[in-house]
Amino acid sequence: MDQARVEQIRRLIVVAKRWDTFFVVLGIMSMMFGVLMFVTLFVDMGMKGFSRIDWEFFTSFPSRHAAKAGILSAWVGTILVMLVTAMAAIPVGVAAGVYLEEYAPKNWFTAIIEINISNLAGVPSIVYGLLALGLFVYQFGFGQSILSAGLTLALLILPVIIVATREAIRSIPQSIHEGSYACGATTWQTVRDHILPYSSAGILTGIIIGMARAIGETAPIITIGALTFIAFLPTAPFTGDPPAGMFDWIFAPFTVMPIQMFNWTSRPEAAFQLNAAAAGFILVFMTLAMNGLAIYLRYRLRKNINW
Amino acid sequence: MSIETETTHVPAPALKAEVKQLDFYYGDFHALKKVEMPVYERCITSLIGPSGCGKSTLLRCFNRMHDLYPGNRYAGGGIILHPDNTNLLSPDVDPIEVRMRLSMVFQKPNPFPKSIFENVAYSLRVRGMKNKTELEDRVQQALKSAALWNEVGSRLNELGANLSGGQQQRLCIARALASDPELILFDEPTSALDPIATASIEELLMELKDQVTILIVTHNMQQAARISDYTAYMYLGEMVEFGESEQLFIKPKVKATEDYITGRFG
Ligand SMILES: Nc1ncnc2c1ncn2[C@@H]1O[C@H](COP(=O)(O)OP(=O)(O)OP(=O)(O)O)[C@@H](O)[C@H]1O
Ligand SMILES: [Mg+2]
Repeated sequence: MDQARVEQIRRLIVVAKRWDTFFVVLGIMSMMFGVLMFVTLFVDMGMKGFSRIDWEFFTSFPSRHAAKAGILSAWVGTILVMLVTAMAAIPVGVAAGVYLEEYAPKNWFTAIIEINISNLAGVPSIVYGLLALGLFVYQFGFGQSILSAGLTLALLILPVIIVATREAIRSIPQSIHEGSYACGATTWQTVRDHILPYSSAGILTGIIIGMARAIGETAPIITIGALTFIAFLPTAPFTGDPPAGMFDWIFAPFTVMPIQMFNWTSRPEAAFQLNAAAAGFILVFMTLAMNGLAIYLRYRLRKNINW
Repeated sequence: MSIETETTHVPAPALKAEVKQLDFYYGDFHALKKVEMPVYERCITSLIGPSGCGKSTLLRCFNRMHDLYPGNRYAGGGIILHPDNTNLLSPDVDPIEVRMRLSMVFQKPNPFPKSIFENVAYSLRVRGMKNKTELEDRVQQALKSAALWNEVGSRLNELGANLSGGQQQRLCIARALASDPELILFDEPTSALDPIATASIEELLMELKDQVTILIVTHNMQQAARISDYTAYMYLGEMVEFGESEQLFIKPKVKATEDYITGRFG
């Protein structure tokens, strides 16, 4: 090969590679921007609030004295609301996703439903709050309760779960699908024995991402009228006299972590800002823990599956 | 194979299935045109023809695989399964019933991401078998028939996907055999395999035809000539010629068939 041609090819490569370098630098900068912002916020909150995080903080009700105030009613409320959200959103979301992928006929009607589900994911959360205020709080008479809040957040994350379920199902190869039907399986058997087990990692990831979003939602919960100052706990779930008493808790008034934070940040005293930072730190930590769980579960569940 | 079977004209074996005047559409595309073909009991019948001629389409009519997708249409004729004269394509016949009677093995091995045992047991489980010892017996029997028992008998709890390609395909054959089907459909079962694995599958098919009727799609004419008793040549959705493999490959009646098998095609 003549030298000139080789030289020319090399020059071309050098020029072309400049774009690689350019993009790598750009990419690293963008990534660092996101990471640094988050780390700064998180560390800042942690440093401010760290002095407040102790056992008392978790076991005390809010108080007019910043130093005595804690997040007991807030974290209990958050957990109970999340429980309702999960119990409502997971079965409905997964069932809807499975139905749309495996059972629904493909026609204009299901196409419209599909488009609308994707659109629902983009509806501002306060709109869900308004809907829930009219529907759950007044129409159904659930009041400003854990049930209303849980259902509101369930509505909010339903599209996320449906979309995640469908994506996870679609990632199962057609050949596995056909293999099951060729064995003589019905649609239900195929769903139960193959579709759900093989898509469970993706579905769980979607559920946890949805829950992580719901845990920090403030606007819709304020809209339905959650209280900001609560100095008592609902009856512990499933402990009252069965059957009716077991569900007393879902009608209890409540507050949640982000609302407690919001309440503290709106106080003029600096001491309450520390409380807010501490609560924020714990809230972010809860979210990170959920995401960590999602990563772990995905790893565990996908271990046997490689396509 | 024993020598006697190859020597003289044994009377034609009993019919297992008959394709009659079958028309099939993918949406507006007329993929099968008035196809006629017999399938003889306990024989291997090959479907050959150039890519896109409709071999897989015809095969997938047999177990109603087309019912899984919208827009597919059986537009006339039928597939009669003997001895009970059931029209497999009749709207009154449940596709599940059809798939319970016929098994299928696909082009690419498609074991489920489950254990070797569960892969084979699956076709029994969908038929409601729950008894553990019975399942174990039937799985073992199927794995033996699929010539896989010696290799996997001691590690039934391992993942099916950890086997080699040829072993995976034999696992899929075991899965297809376990339910004791009347007819097994093979869609190019060796095209994803190396020559050694291919040879072992071919050998297996020739052993299996003593127990079960086999219909196989292949794009490999040597393979069709080696293993099949009957061969059908298709072109552009039509059945061009059907005959005993020896006759079809040595003295084809139709000029188009001759052009194809001698490589003068196209
Ligand atoms: N799902 C589908 N929708 C529309 N047309 C299809 C579909 N599947 C196959 N076809 C068309 O039907 C014809 C027959 O396809 P088929 O898959 O039966 O061919 P084949 O003989 O199996 O070919 P090959 O040897 O490549 O597998 C082809 O023209 C193909 O383009
Ligand atoms: Mg094909």
